[in-house]
Amino acid sequence: MEPLNIEGTPKTPSIKFIAEEGVMEIKGRSIPENSIEFYKPLVDWLESYAKDPLKKTQVNIQLEYFNTSSSKCILDVFKKLEAIHKSKHDVVINWFYEEDDEDMLEAGEDYESIIRVPFKMVEIVD
Amino acid sequence: MSFNLKEYYTNLSKGDVILAYKGSITSELINDILEAVESKLEKNNADSRLRKKIYNILVESLQNLFHHIEQHHEGIGEALDPKFGVMVIEQQGELYKVTTGNFIHAKRIKFLKEKIDKINSLTRDELKDMYKFILNHQRLSAKGGGGLGLVDIARKSGNKLEYEFYKYNDDYSFYSLTIWV
Repeated sequence: MEPLNIEGTPKTPSIKFIAEEGVMEIKGRSIPENSIEFYKPLVDWLESYAKDPLKKTQVNIQLEYFNTSSSKCILDVFKKLEAIHKSKHDVVINWFYEEDDEDMLEAGEDYESIIRVPFKMVEIVD
Repeated sequence: MSFNLKEYYTNLSKGDVILAYKGSITSELINDILEAVESKLEKNNADSRLRKKIYNILVESLQNLFHHIEQHHEGIGEALDPKFGVMVIEQQGELYKVTTGNFIHAKRIKFLKEKIDKINSLTRDELKDMYKFILNHQRLSAKGGGGLGLVDIARKSGNKLEYEFYKYNDDYSFYSLTIWV
């Protein structure tokens, strides 16, 4: 399966999804006006990956900012991961937040309470 | 007395203004405002937690404007840019005040007023529940976050949302929203 690589912009995060390693990374800012457009390839990619996932999938979410329009799309991404987890494959979501950023930690906890996938909250210390 | 846009804007822009804008709210403009405010806040040495909160609130409130303002305002007797909106960011002591303004159809007032009153009536935990409920149950529309914006703004600000509807004519009012951070 082809990896998904998207460079970051001031309004959209960088994406690195690598099927052979079972590693997916979303990093940067996610504040586009139209996030459905941006996230569609990610959701499609995950749908293909879900057909034959690795035993262990590791997802790293390291966002500085995201808007509410992205928050729904991120939930869609997590729902795909939840389906993989349900099919008896290990999935872990590492949710990164900067040490003073309680809002970002809380956002991660919001997702953790909705999605049945193990989350790990990872504090980034400067 | 009909609403006077000029007066409204002049009054808003009196204090310690970080940025004041009136005109078309476009995607490019949003980029410019965010960039300008980010560098100003850095220069002001605002602590990074506060900076992030302000940034987030700006993103949501600008995108709320972007998605919801009318393209044209027929029947308004002033020369307005298409997608006309107002955004003023001001510092007042320790607090930052973000105000947005736009003309809205009279028929939308009730919905908006009820929504904000509801948000203002909730505790921090109730707001969190409301956010999660909308996130999980409402479909995302092409227009944005499906009603999450104001809830998110209220959560991040930690203060009540202040709003005012100034009657302009029978069809339009001017909706002004103030957020304290």
